[in-house]
Amino acid sequence: MRITIRLFGRLHDLAGASELEREVPMTATVASVWQMLAAEFPTVAPYARSVSAAVNADFVKTTTTLAEGDEVAFLPPVSGGM
Amino acid sequence: MSDRRLAIGRDPLDVTELIGLVSGDEPGAHGAVVTFVGTVRGENQGRRVIRLEYEAYEPLAMRAFAIICDEVSARWPSARVAFHHRTGSLALGEASVVIAAASPHRADAFAACRYVIERLKQIAPVWKREYFEGGDVWIEGATADPSDESAREEAYRRSCA
Repeated sequence: MRITIRLFGRLHDLAGASELEREVPMTATVASVWQMLAAEFPTVAPYARSVSAAVNADFVKTTTTLAEGDEVAFLPPVSGGM
Repeated sequence: MSDRRLAIGRDPLDVTELIGLVSGDEPGAHGAVVTFVGTVRGENQGRRVIRLEYEAYEPLAMRAFAIICDEVSARWPSARVAFHHRTGSLALGEASVVIAAASPHRADAFAACRYVIERLKQIAPVWKREYFEGGDVWIEGATADPSDESAREEAYRRSCA
């Protein structure tokens, strides 16, 4: 199935794209998509411990399973406010 | 929420609008309105800052704002809050975030206002890129996890200090 991956902040710079389309297995989870991303872009791998995730613009755990057409976002540590 | 109390976008922020949004239609409903304006500082960790660039995942930011609003209602049922965050390129001194909190008594208004900025810094999907003399760097703070109870308690503790 096909999903969209959104990358923000420094993750966007490291991967060289803010949005990626990828084919993933029907059993894909947020965690497995992260593993795939880290394999494709090894410089993002150190974010494994600090990254958080959203699916279709809602916060999720990395164990969340995905469906066709989902938008998965990976969020590096945030720095809004001031 | 369909009203203007929560917003994120590129438009300059207006604290007066926010005061109006929390004041309500009924005169005298609140005895206190506290505002907070976060502005771009010219120095950070020894670097001379030139400007900041704010990037956000806007639909998720609106979700985070709604979560924070619900948390405020649970902690301070009589308080009413509104807050706007700005994105894009900001010059020194410009406002990146504005918060207004109203309640019948000042203690709850101060606490609710402080709680909102602490929680925004913890969970809002917003990233700040600092352009300073000699380069630029992404600033990275907290891991965004609205369900992290210890972060929520830390924000509450700071609000009531």
